Amino acid sequence: MRSRTVVLSILFAALAIVVALVSLSVGTTKLPLADVVEVLLGGGRRGTRLVVLELRLPRVATGLLVGIAFAVSGALLQTLSRNPLASPDIVGVNSGASAGAVAVIVLAGTGGGNISGVAAKVGIPLAAVLGGLLATLIVGALSIQRGVVDAGKVVLIGVGIAAAANSLVAWLLVIGDVNDAGRAAAWLAGSLNSRAWSDAIPVLIAVVLLLPIAMMFNRDLSALVLGDDVASSLGVRVARIRLMLLVIATVLAAMATAGAGPIAFIALVAPQVALWLTRMERPPLLTTAMLGALFVVLADLLARNGLQWAQVGPYELPVGVLTAACGAPYLLHLIGRQQKGRL
Amino acid sequence: MHVENLTLAYVADAPVVDGLTLEVPSGQLTAVVGPNGSGKSTLLRGMSRLLAPKSGRVLLDGKDIHQLPARELARKLGVLPQGPVTPEGITAAELVSRGRHPHRGLFGRLTGADDAAINEALQAVELTELRDRPVDQLSGGQRQRVWIAMVLAQGTQHLLLDEPTTYLDLAHAVDVMNVVHAAATSGRTVVAVLHDLTLAAQYADHLVVMGDGQIAAQGRPVDVLTAALLDEVFGLKATVVEVGGAPVVVPDRRLAG
Repeated sequence: MRSRTVVLSILFAALAIVVALVSLSVGTTKLPLADVVEVLLGGGRRGTRLVVLELRLPRVATGLLVGIAFAVSGALLQTLSRNPLASPDIVGVNSGASAGAVAVIVLAGTGGGNISGVAAKVGIPLAAVLGGLLATLIVGALSIQRGVVDAGKVVLIGVGIAAAANSLVAWLLVIGDVNDAGRAAAWLAGSLNSRAWSDAIPVLIAVVLLLPIAMMFNRDLSALVLGDDVASSLGVRVARIRLMLLVIATVLAAMATAGAGPIAFIALVAPQVALWLTRMERPPLLTTAMLGALFVVLADLLARNGLQWAQVGPYELPVGVLTAACGAPYLLHLIGRQQKGRL
Repeated sequence: MHVENLTLAYVADAPVVDGLTLEVPSGQLTAVVGPNGSGKSTLLRGMSRLLAPKSGRVLLDGKDIHQLPARELARKLGVLPQGPVTPEGITAAELVSRGRHPHRGLFGRLTGADDAAINEALQAVELTELRDRPVDQLSGGQRQRVWIAMVLAQGTQHLLLDEPTTYLDLAHAVDVMNVVHAAATSGRTVVAVLHDLTLAAQYADHLVVMGDGQIAAQGRPVDVLTAALLDEVFGLKATVVEVGGAPVVVPDRRLAG
């Protein structure tokens, strides 16, 4: 089983890199893959370097990183709540983060459709994290029953909190300047369009710091799936570890949301596909992370070029529209499969 | 293991276990029985740190269990809660290997000692052949034995088992009790909450009868389990007969008319 998860992790990482390279080569200027690789290795002509490193790589890197962040967040929340529906995009974390980010875009906006330096670089991720944590806090507090978080309630209350946060977003869009609101609306669909390094770096920091910490608690997670009582008698400090992993999951999802908007269903689907492929009793973090990265860059490649390849016309879709279209049927399948009386 | 003046409550002013003191005999199987709501499962939770006491303490080798670090306690005291939830898809060997959690480092793989403990535990519950089968595909009795193997693999001197035979038919319950008894015979101190009086009396070295959060009686099963006690504590009219040195409870029929 262990070797299976390692092999799959390597496989998905390799696939994600291949898709990322293809993604770097296609666009208005088509570049041969060899040129892309040459640039990444430090060579290449100046024009090619500009296109690859400054225009395309930030987008692809942001895609890979938010994929990892969303997927790991989903794996943690699903494991902690023992419910495959409990992912940040369902239980209101992404919506809370969106509300925070949109508040900054709209309220701190200059009206020019582009908020200025510091507010954007620090304000959006920070507001997203605060919004996400607030949503988690409310969902957690409301679903506690006699000291224990009720896994079924988490999802129902989460859906309610998501609706509340989304209505807040709608209100902000209405009161905001039309340019700011337009920018916010595009971002809300979940888009990797015109990402800059300043979008990728906060997500990179979150992933580099938090993924290893989460993985250090792999073994405690394996004990937690046996139930809180069993985990506790195996020496796991259940309350402390639950809280810490919950915060990590929230921050990862919120930072990813700040970086690329609330891209739907990656957090829900990637852990479950990894679970199904590895046949473990909980989603393995590393395999899930690589799968999330692969899903986002692949979806972005298709969303960006699919309609042109299909000769429909020169249209680009936001990546979130494509993931939502693919993820929605899966969500329906999951709800149908849930046991009676449990959500 | 020593329970000292222990009071346990879920809500203030409504103690479920009220000032209970108990000396658990070392290296023996102690069965805790009592009517529903007498506090026997609560007592076990209090003895295992799953429930913090309102007052009193539980001493393990002379140390208060609430003063010990979590991992150190987990190396001394194994607990099997009532009706544990088996995750989908986990194999018997994997589930048993989780019992090694308190012995392992942050990143270390399973060592030879871990593997030996896992194999020994699977052997003790006679499930070595089914080690790679998903636990959710096993019978109820086999599943319960896998869980017991998990706490055995934990390698603790003390074991607390909450209703290990619930929902099992008699043949499977006997299989489970044989395993539990063998653990005590090999020198472990075992405390099991049981609801079946006859089964408890057949296997226990020491029988504790609880009523209303207190110990109503304790001692050798043959001395403790009498018709008078059953009437007083359980409100049960029954005849107690002795079979092979152990008491057997035969309820008196109350036929209509």
